[in-house]
Amino acid sequence: MTTAANLPPVSDEAIVIGAEESARNADRQNLRHGRAKLSAPLTGLMWLIVAIYALPLLWFILSSFKPGSELFTYPLSMIPREWTFQGFIDAWERVDFAQYFLNTATVALVTTVLTVFFSACTGYALAKYNNPGTRLFFVCILATTMLPTEVILNPTFTVIRDLGLYNSLSGIIVPSVLTATGVFMFRQFFLTVPDDLLHSARIDGASELAIFFRIMLPLSRPILFTLAIFSFQWRWNDYIWPLIVLNDPKWYTLQVALRSIVGAENIDWPVLLGASVISILPLVLVFFVFQKYVLNADVSAGLKD
Amino acid sequence: MATPTTGSTVTSEALRTPAVRSKSQQKRHNRYVLAPLILIGVNVVLFLVFFVWPGALGLIYSFTDYRGIGKLNFIGLRNFETLFADSTFYAALSRTFLYTVLSVPLVYVSSLGVAALLVSRAVRGRTAAKIIIFLPWLISPIVVGVIWKWMFGQDFGFVNFIISTLGGNPLPWSSNGNLALTVVIFAAAWGGTAFNMLLFIAALKNIPEALLEAAELDGANAWQRFRHVTLPGIAPTSFMVILLSTIHAMKEFAMIQALTNGGPGTENVLIVQYIYKTGFEQSKVGYASAASMVLMAVLLAIALIQLRFNRKKG
Repeated sequence: MTTAANLPPVSDEAIVIGAEESARNADRQNLRHGRAKLSAPLTGLMWLIVAIYALPLLWFILSSFKPGSELFTYPLSMIPREWTFQGFIDAWERVDFAQYFLNTATVALVTTVLTVFFSACTGYALAKYNNPGTRLFFVCILATTMLPTEVILNPTFTVIRDLGLYNSLSGIIVPSVLTATGVFMFRQFFLTVPDDLLHSARIDGASELAIFFRIMLPLSRPILFTLAIFSFQWRWNDYIWPLIVLNDPKWYTLQVALRSIVGAENIDWPVLLGASVISILPLVLVFFVFQKYVLNADVSAGLKD
Repeated sequence: MATPTTGSTVTSEALRTPAVRSKSQQKRHNRYVLAPLILIGVNVVLFLVFFVWPGALGLIYSFTDYRGIGKLNFIGLRNFETLFADSTFYAALSRTFLYTVLSVPLVYVSSLGVAALLVSRAVRGRTAAKIIIFLPWLISPIVVGVIWKWMFGQDFGFVNFIISTLGGNPLPWSSNGNLALTVVIFAAAWGGTAFNMLLFIAALKNIPEALLEAAELDGANAWQRFRHVTLPGIAPTSFMVILLSTIHAMKEFAMIQALTNGGPGTENVLIVQYIYKTGFEQSKVGYASAASMVLMAVLLAIALIQLRFNRKKG
């Protein structure tokens, strides 16, 4: 940097350097002062952006508490004039929403447990065993990111049908277990675990699988939680797999059910609003409990490869 | 497993008699191959069944006139010939490119801007702001579509209500193709900011403070510091965000299904929706697979071009 060039060489008297240092400190204090002056406008800008991001959601949630008649009368008001839960009740009872809710929860929970477990196994193997097999499989996993489901809709349907998984929840669960992001997250983590740990466990006579289950898996707890939340969100919100696999409305997940309400000729807005808000709630709950695993997670870890 | 030989790896290395080496290596070889094989086994099977099989099947389908049932009837390149003469295919593809070109920069700028504000120490209440801006990440593409459809409803929508309250004319958000696409782009940016913002926050925190302060002492203004210190510092993350959002935009499907369903008419049908419509609703499986192959080629090309660009810069 140019500052370094301005400084006298180290061989010069220490006093000069000292003087430079104190001048630097004064400068630094000026910087702090300048920052304090900037604080108000920057904070204002930040919260303006926050308001813009919050508005659609806020408007949506407040609308869901309005009765159907109020949704379509001018002038609109932000706060409902009359509060009602009718939209939620109708959604829950009339549209068989309880069933969709249960289906979605089953899919999301089971898939998440399987994804986390098998991603941990695979990620560990890819990180700690360097042989042609694991190297090849690493490239294979990388290739899956280039072949999204959207590109192979019809063939995927054929495969699901030929395996006898069509129109069942397992048809959504099984294919979703393998995710490149999950594998990469664990691989990245296990690369940072020192090999010494592995070697000393081997010298102590632990078997390879015991090392993984007793030592490595417990170590990876933060990644485990992070991937669990990510996977739960992916599966809860997934649309394309359930759309291909499910035909019978009794197996519908929330997203497919919501799409059938919004895709109808005449949209039943009170029910749609209520149903949508209900569908968001579980994730919001999970997020507020585990938010540190999401917001503080080094999300780039898995994707950097 | 606890054979004495494992305890004395060092000595066996020291001995180096061919017989001992080959025996212990054989044993080690077995456990170092068998253990990872068990660990990756399930995912290998899943990879073969749900990626290789459909991938190969898709390639085969694209050369047939398969309609979902019956035998495969190979017709050579005819699907591709029809496809490249199909104006609705071009319309979908060019609309997808337009959507990508407009939405990716918006996602990039908004997530980087928000991230920069969120790491700046001058801003108050950063934790609360971060949580609120992150909330759209929790919301599914379908519900994002519903939310924006509700906001931009042509009658009784919030935005048109505000416009008419301010004395303007309500805009035809759903019956005008370009306005409808604009809403889709904004909805995508709203939903896509959160995750990319996290990536940028992590990257921005990794830029050494000393570097920025040195630049400041040298009289670089905020923009110069951003342009010449911050931006080069986060280049790998920028590359990743642009690549991921480009691929994401190219295969946008669920959000549009809920928001406009490709409307008005078929004006805003994007490529994946086109594939879904031809492949499932009209069950022209072979034809849809040919379109899928084109999409895959485009995705690969995008990835390769960006990779090359990134290498050159680095």
